[in-house]
Amino acid sequence: MIFVEDKEIVIPGDILADEDYHAGRGTFKENNKITSSLVGLVAIRDKNISVIPLQSKYIPKRGDVVIGEITDIRFSMWNLDINSPYSGILPASDVFGKEKRDLSKAFNVGDVLFLRVVDVDEVKKVKLGLKGRGLGKFRGGILINITPTKVPRLIGKKGSMINMIKDETRCEVTVGQNGVVWVKGKPDMERVAEKVINMIEEQAHTSGLTDRVRNMLFELLGKEKPLEKQEETEETGEEEEDGEELIQ
Amino acid sequence: MITIITNNELSTGIETSKRADGRAFDELRPIKIEAGVLKRADGSAYLELGGNKILVAVYGPRELHIRRLMQPNRAVLRCRYNMAPFSVDGRKRPGPDRRSVEISKITSEALSPAVFLEKFPRSTIDVFIEVLEAEGGTRCAGITAASVALADAGVPMRDIIVSCAAGKADGQVVLDLSETEDKEGEADMPIAIMPRTGEITLLQSDGHLTSEEFEKALDLAINGCKKISEEQKKAILSRYG
Repeated sequence: MIFVEDKEIVIPGDILADEDYHAGRGTFKENNKITSSLVGLVAIRDKNISVIPLQSKYIPKRGDVVIGEITDIRFSMWNLDINSPYSGILPASDVFGKEKRDLSKAFNVGDVLFLRVVDVDEVKKVKLGLKGRGLGKFRGGILINITPTKVPRLIGKKGSMINMIKDETRCEVTVGQNGVVWVKGKPDMERVAEKVINMIEEQAHTSGLTDRVRNMLFELLGKEKPLEKQEETEETGEEEEDGEELIQ
Repeated sequence: MITIITNNELSTGIETSKRADGRAFDELRPIKIEAGVLKRADGSAYLELGGNKILVAVYGPRELHIRRLMQPNRAVLRCRYNMAPFSVDGRKRPGPDRRSVEISKITSEALSPAVFLEKFPRSTIDVFIEVLEAEGGTRCAGITAASVALADAGVPMRDIIVSCAAGKADGQVVLDLSETEDKEGEADMPIAIMPRTGEITLLQSDGHLTSEEFEKALDLAINGCKKISEEQKKAILSRYG
């Protein structure tokens, strides 16, 4: 027996279904009833019920790519803020190998890096690494924070949303799975991209977002509205898990 | 000739059932809750209950730097209840005092059972309750607003805690005591519950109540909580239209 519909907004303590369903993320079982633990949208996949939060914090997971800012330099590692309850560390050996060099010559406090989460141990120590395509230091540009659960929405189906922003504003855009977005382009174009990204975050739980984003982009750029109405099926609700991150 | 006027002769039936501010014995003060009022906080709520005006900000789960407070298996829920100097008639000396330290502690203890603290080991969730205007029952209003702010911050919870007081004023068991009823009345009993299961997470009592009066006050307070709970739910849902 189920008490809610797909994509319905629920709040903590709302009873979603009886025990014949499987309790997914954002839910818990109590007295054989599946109950929501978050403010979010219900997602029903076969017999699995989960709640996708409208607001959340990033919890580091091995293999994620994230954007972090260096907050401290220690003897043999950098400390990074990765927009999460747990700060990350980047060992010096990951950058220099066995060589001993001055850490601040490579990266200094305040530098913004694109990294991969190499490991998260049981005491929540987050080890980061720079090995991989496109990983490294960002030069210039601006940072925008969004809720991590809205990252797939910002990227869109096969990158449709993010590519539209990139093409229209001619900015480089990189999204970390921790909800940090890096944008670089002409200063006025950066502002446009920031406005659009903030709009996507605010309205991530509504449907028909791609069309509204397109209209907003054209309006901000002073272009004419596109004449042909695109026939693509409207994407409602959240994208499937982990829209792949994009490397410029 | 001296005529002795007793209270019975003076009062009509209406007067005994009505309170100083004209409410029925089981009537709440007008209530208004709004979620997501602060831009820079992870979650926030604003609540008005009669003459009370309360603003709550929630930050976290975030990194906890104080090692001795850190819990290896769960997050810590830190609360700070603070009254603004202009919140009362006259002036309240700013800074924590005995009363606000106690309320901070019981707020944290009232909210903790509902929050899934074990999901965020070694971190902290900070709740700041600022009383902008006070008119009796601020601790209950603070807890009620804090749980709305926690939900707004996306903190996983078993239920939305709701709090309300009942007590005895002018010899009558009443719901949601106002400032004068609290000061001049015989008893004040704030409670906090999880409305879905009815579990009590806070029960304080100040003053004298017989066991029958206690039962009556508890029933009254639980019913009051359920009414406030509806307002909390509306506040959270209306944030997302």
